[in-house]
Amino acid sequence: MLVLGIESSCDDTAAAVVKDGREIRSSVVSSQDFIHSKYGGVVPELASRRHIEAIIPVVEEGLGVAGVTMDEIDGIAVTKGPGLVGSILIGLSFAKALGYARKIPLTGVNHILAHPFAAFLSEKDAPPAAAPRFPAVALVVSGGHTTLIRMDTYLEYEVIGRTIDDAAGEAFDKSAKLLGIPYPGGPAMNRLAEKGRRDAFAFTRPYLKKGSLDFSFSGIKTAVLRHVNTLKDSNALDETAIEDLSASFQEAVVDVLLRKALWALEVSDTPDLIIAGGVACNSRLRERALELGEDKGLNITIPDKKLCGDNAAFVAGAGYWRLKDGLTEGLELNAIPSFF
Amino acid sequence: MSKCETGKERTGGEIKKYITTSPEETEALGKEVSGVLQRGDIVALVGELGGGKTCFVRGLARGLGLRDHVKSPSFNVLNIYDTAMDGRKALPLYHMDLYRLTGEGDFFEAGLEEYIYSQGVSVIEWADKLNSVIKNSAFVLRFTYIDENRREIILEIRDSERSGGNV
Repeated sequence: MLVLGIESSCDDTAAAVVKDGREIRSSVVSSQDFIHSKYGGVVPELASRRHIEAIIPVVEEGLGVAGVTMDEIDGIAVTKGPGLVGSILIGLSFAKALGYARKIPLTGVNHILAHPFAAFLSEKDAPPAAAPRFPAVALVVSGGHTTLIRMDTYLEYEVIGRTIDDAAGEAFDKSAKLLGIPYPGGPAMNRLAEKGRRDAFAFTRPYLKKGSLDFSFSGIKTAVLRHVNTLKDSNALDETAIEDLSASFQEAVVDVLLRKALWALEVSDTPDLIIAGGVACNSRLRERALELGEDKGLNITIPDKKLCGDNAAFVAGAGYWRLKDGLTEGLELNAIPSFF
Repeated sequence: MSKCETGKERTGGEIKKYITTSPEETEALGKEVSGVLQRGDIVALVGELGGGKTCFVRGLARGLGLRDHVKSPSFNVLNIYDTAMDGRKALPLYHMDLYRLTGEGDFFEAGLEEYIYSQGVSVIEWADKLNSVIKNSAFVLRFTYIDENRREIILEIRDSERSGGNV
């Protein structure tokens, strides 16, 4: 079954064609250069208007790269939320119109719950991804979300933990800003951290109460501010201090993410962990997760970096299982601004 | 913390200064402010990272009857909460963050003005990014980090009537 995935809930407009929920035939994101030039080189940001400009060229490119026409598409999967409704509605309305006009089954997908499906994907001609087994725990960690999900099957899940204030990626972006790195500075902070000492600055690990699967990253950003102020007062906020502060901060965030993921595996009684979302590109998180997997004999899957960020391939991947199960939707499908 | 004296009366043009000495006190101030909010009010929050905005909004949301956690809207730009209360009319809470917006155009294109015109209370972080938002706010709060525990919060009551007009 060939599924066309469409995604417009975030900054990027994206389209992808995926076969049987596993094999990526194409995955196009509007921020990519080649698609940029097709609609005037504007970097898509929040505004729905930019999604409107991008949606047709991006879907055409997705079909083109896959080498298929709409006649060969068996189903459409589209992100219905969460996110900014004005943006979501562009992809959603487009998908509904396309499905209706071409009489192709349509299904709506929750963006956060779809992220872990990146773990089941692989490029065409590449060896198949080492797919996790069920039940699995998924840690979805990005600029907007930090969520632990227990996946019992491809379709059944329970959210078992989430942030009570800031997302982990947001803590990175905002801490980077305090260090003078422009938004979104998370990836740059990751690079600085690679040169820094991880124990140079003290950071409390916000575990909330023992065993809690919820996250809180608002306080850790304030701790960065406190260190920055102290350094500024003594005129010591130099390159080395910024690297050390980045490394120490990053270590604290990674400690919390992995500790909570471990607790989630324990209560879910499974060794299978998926880490997905934009922050799963963080090199230290990837390194520590793989070490942890070896130490504890866990089966930890982290998708390729390009599949961790927002794209439509995981939307198509998640949608495949819904379509296969007959979970289709009609023109009544609407956007959801919040998680549920 | 000096006691918030606004009560149910709101006099336009008033400016009050608070020094809170813990996150709990900042939260308590948010709860107090929630008590005088009316449908269509905009509460504008201004101040650097770490100034106490998150704590303030948490208290305000609790005051409106929200049981759920208040997640940061920085990434999403807008989070919506239905704050159903027992025995009291519910005021939906629109929690916005203009941090990532690049200008007035973004505000409209993201459809944010629809919420300001609607039936709830809008709490807008990084409101100083758009002058028109500040101008139409019923309350403007300015947060300053003093030291590890202390925050200075300046509360300006801009209008005794409900605001939320043209943004």
